[in-house]
Amino acid sequence: MYSATEVIRETAPADGSMGELVINVGPQHPATHGVLHLVITLNGETIRKVEPHLGYIHRSIEKMCESLSYRQFIYVTSRMDYLSSHINNLGCALTVEKGMQIEVPSRAKVIRVLMAELTRIASHELWLGAMAMDLGAFTPFFYAFREREMINEVMEDTCGARLTMNYIVPGGVMYDLHPEFQQKVKAFVRQFKEKVVEYDDLVTNNVIFRNRMEGVGVLSKEDAVSYGCTGPVARGSGLSCDIRKLFPYEVYDQVEFDEVLETGCDSFARYMVRVREMNQSIRIIEQLIDNIPEGDFQAKTKAVLKLPKGEFYSRVETARGEFGVYIVSEGGTTPYRIKFRSPGFSNLSALEHMVKGSKIGDLMATMGTLDLVIPDIDR
Amino acid sequence: MELTAQQQGQEEFPGEIHQLPGGGIVVSSFNDIINWARSNSLWPLTFATSCCGIEMMAVASSKYDFSRFGFEVARATPRQADVIIIAGTIVNKMGPVLKRLYDQMADPKYVIAMGACAISGGPFFYNTYSVVKGADHIIPVDVYIPGCPPRPEALLHALLTLQEKIKSGMTREQIRKESKEG
Repeated sequence: MYSATEVIRETAPADGSMGELVINVGPQHPATHGVLHLVITLNGETIRKVEPHLGYIHRSIEKMCESLSYRQFIYVTSRMDYLSSHINNLGCALTVEKGMQIEVPSRAKVIRVLMAELTRIASHELWLGAMAMDLGAFTPFFYAFREREMINEVMEDTCGARLTMNYIVPGGVMYDLHPEFQQKVKAFVRQFKEKVVEYDDLVTNNVIFRNRMEGVGVLSKEDAVSYGCTGPVARGSGLSCDIRKLFPYEVYDQVEFDEVLETGCDSFARYMVRVREMNQSIRIIEQLIDNIPEGDFQAKTKAVLKLPKGEFYSRVETARGEFGVYIVSEGGTTPYRIKFRSPGFSNLSALEHMVKGSKIGDLMATMGTLDLVIPDIDR
Repeated sequence: MELTAQQQGQEEFPGEIHQLPGGGIVVSSFNDIINWARSNSLWPLTFATSCCGIEMMAVASSKYDFSRFGFEVARATPRQADVIIIAGTIVNKMGPVLKRLYDQMADPKYVIAMGACAISGGPFFYNTYSVVKGADHIIPVDVYIPGCPPRPEALLHALLTLQEKIKSGMTREQIRKESKEG
């Protein structure tokens, strides 16, 4: 597992006590889910310090957005948190709509929520496979991707792309739904409900998995608040922070679903939050799939969008937590400044607190449950 | 597009096999045999920097499954890898790391640039101060795959193209010259 790790220096203090060992994990490491560089200080096998080094995939997206129009900048954000790209686009579109005061047709709202929930399931599926791979289990990866491919197919039919959908425009969605959309989503829901039991058999009830997860990477509710954690990481510590419930957008106030909370505060609690969240997403999809209102899928908007002078902020719940979009407008066709609040950055900052004092072997197991997407952190 | 013999799965052994009692004799060029063997067992390095990495994972999963073509053993360390699939954007800070990984790989080594970012910077070509405009500014690239991100089938096609390239035994310069003339 640590084959790509490289030992750089070993210092032995003169007093004869055990020296500290500094090792680098990454930037090219399979368990960092991208290009994260961790400098770990070890005392024997015990972790003393974890220092994340960022910037290996800093693409200056915020700066780029300043030179793109309000229609264009949405699509660059697909490449930030590419696993919930649709929800990123949604957050940006909501901010522009808020500023322009565009009324979105109800059909578009429902389509957006359906796509967002499908994206959330796809993201959690990938996380399940990747996290199990971090722990050394390869089989769950294939199980998770089996269902994920069905979602990708649905996305491709309607949006034209499998991963970076770019389906949302300010005022609605770009195209109407594919004729087979409902049928395919229903087939997916059927298969998912049938097969989710297999995940429980394979992963949740696995003794090795439980032993490596339970009581590891503890993050108390107070710490979750002080580190600014959101999403499944905070909900695993019992902190209620689901934006869909607290500040409902689109049609989330009209559908029934539970905010998943676990009080275990450990890695296993975070795992359970995501697995249970997938079921809640299925619940939302089931309520909406037969009730897509007729009508326009896009509001009539001007060809060139100009936001009035001022500051606009809106937030959405991505698969990783709270995603905020903050736009400062000078009244022109491009934003003066854009700031994204990405959930991964705050969740990563809690990593050191979670793994301090535990063994190096638990580092990857804990980091896996944070569900980091590095381009989302570096932007 | 017409499929080549290799894509149809009717690939031939590069050489003549003479069946004799008590065994056989193979008459071939040593280079051809090596290239033939080499092309069918390429181990990729898991070098995923961004979005394209997810499609690379999809290719490894059961629906597309690149192990059918001999790519099954994705390695985490460059010292055991034969081909580096650059899946994602390379930024200025990552550039030296990519060069180092390439240097650490044992010869012969091959490079696939997957996606628009690895080809030219892609969506991050304009108005950005931190993106390397194409991985071939840092290391030589054998096969380019367009797309943002490319479909898994496109990656499979690139892997087969790389196999053909290795089997042909030609260098980059020779191929370039031939494609210009042809």
